[in-house]
Amino acid sequence: MNVLLHQVLSGLATGGIYASVALALVMIYQATHLVNFAQGELAMFSTYIAWSLIQAGVPYWVAFFATVAIAFLLGVLIERLIVQPVENAPILSVVIVFIGLLVIFNSLAGWIFSYTIKPFPSPFPAAPPFGNSYVSSHELGSIAITLVVLVLIFAFFRFTPLGLAMRAAAQNPVSSRLVGIRVGWMLALGWGLAAAIGSIAGIMVAPTVFLEPNMMAGILLYAFAAALLGGIDSPGGAVLGGFIVGVLENLVGAVLGTELKLSVALVLIVGVLVIRPSGLFGKVRVTRV
Amino acid sequence: MSQLLDVRGLHAQYGPTRVLHGIDFSVEEGGITTILGANGAGKTTTLRAVCGMVKTQGEVTLAGARIDGKPTERIVRLGVAHVPDGRGTFVDLNVEENLRLGAYTRRDKVEVAGDFERVFDYFPRLKERRRQQAGLLSGGEQQMLAVSRALMLRPRLLLLDEPSFGLAPRVVQELFDILRTINQQAGVSMLLVEQNASLALQLADHAYLLETGRVVISGTAEAIRGDAAVRRSYLGY
Repeated sequence: MNVLLHQVLSGLATGGIYASVALALVMIYQATHLVNFAQGELAMFSTYIAWSLIQAGVPYWVAFFATVAIAFLLGVLIERLIVQPVENAPILSVVIVFIGLLVIFNSLAGWIFSYTIKPFPSPFPAAPPFGNSYVSSHELGSIAITLVVLVLIFAFFRFTPLGLAMRAAAQNPVSSRLVGIRVGWMLALGWGLAAAIGSIAGIMVAPTVFLEPNMMAGILLYAFAAALLGGIDSPGGAVLGGFIVGVLENLVGAVLGTELKLSVALVLIVGVLVIRPSGLFGKVRVTRV
Repeated sequence: MSQLLDVRGLHAQYGPTRVLHGIDFSVEEGGITTILGANGAGKTTTLRAVCGMVKTQGEVTLAGARIDGKPTERIVRLGVAHVPDGRGTFVDLNVEENLRLGAYTRRDKVEVAGDFERVFDYFPRLKERRRQQAGLLSGGEQQMLAVSRALMLRPRLLLLDEPSFGLAPRVVQELFDILRTINQQAGVSMLLVEQNASLALQLADHAYLLETGRVVISGTAEAIRGDAAVRRSYLGY
């Protein structure tokens, strides 16, 4: 029983990371109907920025918020400078641009920071919380931070005029222009927000998986599975999917051995696509041909 | 009366296909101009051209300032609201959110709250359904929502693309009565595109008849109503 509880809790901790990255994927998917394959590498690169700041002696939380802000700007810049020019290009061209970004950020990180694995500090105490051993302080802390981020994001989209405008721009760009929304900037803001969420996920997962240019590769795969499971066009679904994938992955790892962990993601992806392509909460789109 | 909207030599095209071949028309300050014509005459394109949704050549002047070539969102910010073909509903958002988007560019919060009440006065059914997802409304209700969303901008000029399309006759009459009220009470000028010519000519003060991208007849609504050719082809009596 204790072992099970332990596995579920630490599954929720990694699940929160998947949920964040999945949410970032869904945000960009909703606006552009494309999956941003570079989402994970952007998060990894942002984490390196946090690491550099911390190495330079910047206090942890200052580095944290500075990194989130830098990641946001980086996301906005990438959309404006790289994605926007190919906006009307065929889907495959845009996908190639995303994959190009993935490779560029991966190599850039390796070139600047080297491929050596680096430890990354956790802001939470090393001792387990409340003297129990089910969950580490870092796990509990990262669950808490993930939840705060998710609540903030949902509140932003639900209750602010800008959030409403971003939802409108994603749904119906033509009508959005007709009410005066600058649709191009809404997309850029979406990229910025997605990159900012990703950077938090990167910073939270780095103490566990260690910092290296490929640290987000597996995580992106799980986030993919999470987004598909929840429904690629459903932000709430993606978050729930993230937690489900996290717990499932951990339980499978505990029962069948860690070698099979990554297959969970692949089995889920294939399974969802075969059985229920729209995911748990996604809309079934019917198109006239 | 002065001209609010003045259009000279307007051409428009979709890719290589030319749709408008140099049309001239205008809307008076506080007036209602209607553009009539059969399917494919270029009525919808004319409205799209005015608010920068298609590639155009020619002059479009709003209250003395050129607006041709400006992006749609800039033209909207100058007070041009468009009730588009197909209503342009944000189907996944609720009625209230649709209306709030209509007022997106406005910063006068108190006045916006007043305008919510005003459109709910015009269309009480929208008030009942304010929390309902807009995509689930009936066609008539979505048309009311589209008009209301446009009014939330507090426009100087309202562009209406076939507001009667797909509505029951009784609902159409109700809608046109309200449009008249809006024009008279709030002084909103309108450019109305309609297939229902007799209805449009009752509401409008000036009319233009469009055939394959050219203005063939123009004049006051009264004169057009009396024109024998228009009566035979478009009014059916």
